[in-house]
Amino acid sequence: MTDNTTISASGLNLTFQTNDGPVHALKDVNLDINKGDFVSFIGPSGCGKTTFLRCIAGLEAPTGGQISVNGMTPDEARRARAYGYVFQAAGLYPWRTIGGNIKLPLEIMGFSKAEQDERVGRVLDLVDLAGFEKKFPWQLSGGMQQRASIARALAFDADILLMDEPFGALDEIVRDHLNEQLLQLWARTEKTIGFVTHSIPEAVYLSTKIVVMSPRPGRITDVIDSPLPKERPLDIRDSAEFIAVAHRVRDGLRAGHVDD
Amino acid sequence: MKSLLPVLTVIAAILLFWVVSVVPMNMHLTADQAQRQDIAVTPDAPAARQEHSGIGLALRNTHLFAMTYTLDRPRLPSPHQVAVEMWDTIALKKITSRRSLVYHGWVTLSATLLGFAIGTGLGILLAVGIVYNKAMDMSVMPWAIASQTIPILALAPMIIVMLGSIGIQGLFPKAVISAYLSFFPVVVGMVKGLRSPDAMQLDLLRTYHASPAQGFWKLRLPASVPYLFASLKIGISASLVGAIVAELPTGARAGFGARMLVGDQYGQPMVTWAALFAAAITAAALVGMFSLMERWTLRRMGMQAA
Repeated sequence: MTDNTTISASGLNLTFQTNDGPVHALKDVNLDINKGDFVSFIGPSGCGKTTFLRCIAGLEAPTGGQISVNGMTPDEARRARAYGYVFQAAGLYPWRTIGGNIKLPLEIMGFSKAEQDERVGRVLDLVDLAGFEKKFPWQLSGGMQQRASIARALAFDADILLMDEPFGALDEIVRDHLNEQLLQLWARTEKTIGFVTHSIPEAVYLSTKIVVMSPRPGRITDVIDSPLPKERPLDIRDSAEFIAVAHRVRDGLRAGHVDD
Repeated sequence: MKSLLPVLTVIAAILLFWVVSVVPMNMHLTADQAQRQDIAVTPDAPAARQEHSGIGLALRNTHLFAMTYTLDRPRLPSPHQVAVEMWDTIALKKITSRRSLVYHGWVTLSATLLGFAIGTGLGILLAVGIVYNKAMDMSVMPWAIASQTIPILALAPMIIVMLGSIGIQGLFPKAVISAYLSFFPVVVGMVKGLRSPDAMQLDLLRTYHASPAQGFWKLRLPASVPYLFASLKIGISASLVGAIVAELPTGARAGFGARMLVGDQYGQPMVTWAALFAAAITAAALVGMFSLMERWTLRRMGMQAA
């Protein structure tokens, strides 16, 4: 752990008690995430990637081990509003306009009216939705709604962004486009991003660090520091380096299965 | 206005059934009256006529059909008789007159609206309690359900007499019975509405470290609005029924319920029927008003009315 470490987990365990007995959602997870990293968590269903993200967010309480976010416990970090969280569904309030939805966290956190308006304009620009402030969610496509939900998570300037399969429900073309935009956004805002995904190309394309996980019990099987440059056009996905990283991720996923 | 044709078709069918029913329903009375006016009736003896059904007698006395529609005190008034009675008591009487249906309507409506306001307020408060308080969640709902299984007709006189004995009379006791009937749909609808946000929505608020009050005002309450309107539409018609029922067993001198009772006791079926129709029209208007409000509100909130 260095000064630059934003999120640090050591020996993290989480066991859910269910009617069918205990479920090991996370077992002995060790991971350091540096400031400004783009970290993807990839693995099959039940590998604990979402659970780990929720632990970082203080939405789930680990049953063992240590985890710190910005040097605080996750719950303290949540109270300090240290992160923005993007869920798989956009989850916009249908009774609020796009602008109104983005103002939701700002109202809750007590920003002034003028500040709210200024921030709404700024984050709508960031996600390329300028001019849609007065539209209602049902007037937007699924991809645009998800961009609005990202804007909502960015509005209060937390320096960590946690994203739980944000593009999982969108089609491939929209997804490519949003991936590209997300990288640009990350470059401009220099946030630390935790990103859960099912997709190997998505993980490799976006990340500086790829965390490969496997299920039963949920654990980390490989951590890959990406050799790809920070500047990534979409066609980087045809380069030899990209394919090599994707191979290593696939091998990691397969290794996790052999253990079963 | 797509629904206009089906609605008119149903109304026409009901009217037709009504008009046809008038003949057999009134035939015995008509035959008695015809005999007094020296018109030939088969069979001749009144006792013999009692042996026949209304339809049987009607088939033997087709020449009396027209008379069945014009009796002064029919068993079943014809539509035009009810219409005339309504026109007389709604349009031609001053609304301050005790014979004006508008006057009686206002008496019932004021109790309905007061009771509805009390019932809705109480229903919302109970629903909030049920959603936010575990003890209330476990205890209130069974009682609310039990309260609706007691026949209101049995309970209404007790409430009126009890409140009367401590000096509360007039509008308020009727409103209490209206409230008793209308709080229930509001409780059920609002509990469902306040609980409608899913786990993700609640998690989102946790990531903002929102207070419970913020969760209520910004998420749960707006999310419950469509459910509230569905409940209000049921509640307002239940309120009207409550106010009328409250007037029935207690010798109330004004209101739709009083008019129905008067018509019944003094053999003036037209009065009863006119009051019945006026009450039905009032209920339809109230529900229609809430439908319009629902559409307007949901559109303003950016949600399409269901």
